[in-house]
Amino acid sequence: MPHDHREDDHHEHGSELNEMQLRVRALETVLAEKGYIDPAAIDVIIEAYETKVGPHNGARVVARAWNDPAFKKALLADASKAVVALGLMNRVGDHLIAVENTPKLHNMIVCTLCSCYPWEVLGLPPVWYKSAPYRSRAVNDPRGVLADFGVSLPADTEIRVWDSTAETRFLVLPMRPAGTESWSEDELAALVTRDSMIGTGLAKDPSANNPQAKNSKAM
Amino acid sequence: MDGIHDMGGMHGFGKVEPEPNEPVFHADWEGRCLALNRAMGYTGLWTIDQTRAGIEELPPEVYLSSSYYRKWALRLENMVVKHGLAGADEIEAGHAMRPGQTLKRKLAAADVPKTLTRGSFARPAPAPARFAPGDRVRTKNIHPATHTRLPRYARGKLGTVEALRGCHVFPDAAALGRGEDPQWLYTVVFAGRELWGDAAEPSLKVSIEAFEPYLEPA
Repeated sequence: MPHDHREDDHHEHGSELNEMQLRVRALETVLAEKGYIDPAAIDVIIEAYETKVGPHNGARVVARAWNDPAFKKALLADASKAVVALGLMNRVGDHLIAVENTPKLHNMIVCTLCSCYPWEVLGLPPVWYKSAPYRSRAVNDPRGVLADFGVSLPADTEIRVWDSTAETRFLVLPMRPAGTESWSEDELAALVTRDSMIGTGLAKDPSANNPQAKNSKAM
Repeated sequence: MDGIHDMGGMHGFGKVEPEPNEPVFHADWEGRCLALNRAMGYTGLWTIDQTRAGIEELPPEVYLSSSYYRKWALRLENMVVKHGLAGADEIEAGHAMRPGQTLKRKLAAADVPKTLTRGSFARPAPAPARFAPGDRVRTKNIHPATHTRLPRYARGKLGTVEALRGCHVFPDAAALGRGEDPQWLYTVVFAGRELWGDAAEPSLKVSIEAFEPYLEPA
């Protein structure tokens, strides 16, 4: 039963929590006492991944690509270079590749061997991305995986799965939702979900938070 | 290494379960574990490929039953001991009992922002690229007992070179501490049916990022 399953997870998580809190604290203490690490740097790294590096960065890139055809062209030609030129975020390293979804082609990103993921634009990967179910099934049952996310695509849409087996990193450029022609870049960025940039989701339906619809309601 | 980490195409792991509004870390120790790994990586004692190999070398039952960051913590403990940076007895005790080594680099808080940008893995090419986009290639049927980035499901398969990605550090060599041994890197795309047989989804294509030593002309 799903309820029992959740309780099991909770129990396992709880016992691992105690074990790992102690274990990681012991390791950090030893490394600090040996002079290998500065605990202040550890704090700064955690803060960066909790507050600065995340999918909001990728969403800005996608929104710009939707609104600026020249930028989109540059992004698809060399994503690292194009994103650095945007200057919106911490400098992105080499080997970032943007792949474009169209009505005929849906891209999905996986790392079957470990957890390779474009941290600089999407932040740290979610647990499901690193999990055995996703890593095992994305390459042979991508439509089944999409169904787990509540996404269904037309039967004739080609599905292209990119296995991140080297240091190249992939960012999906999702399709721009219809009805957003006059939207600003900030409004568009709010439609771009993390999963839509991995290829396990689509951009949000604009009718759910159309600022113009809200305005007309208010009037 | 034909290990449990090489999961592409395996059956039986069940549904993907996305967590709504997932936090960046599920507990404080996860963040500290990630950051410790980053800070120790900065010392330059090991390469990213050696750290991947360190995860792959965990016993399969540990790999499958541990959360992601638990694997990172176990791997870091192992690497610290293997490199003689601390003894297992010190980690067990949670305190240093002997003085540390002098390392080349130590990550200071002020230098953290620059480490958020990934370094480049591109290197000067020792020889011209053997393949070009459009070429038909077959992946080699290799089974090294050590680290490789050619997944099992894509070995001995017929594919097409789609793009040349430059000449990069070769993980199979770097993981063994044999230097960078730069190799050309290609995106190679396969039809779903080449990988999974006639029952595969006809609209499926899968690509891997393949280093030149993984490929032969077809």
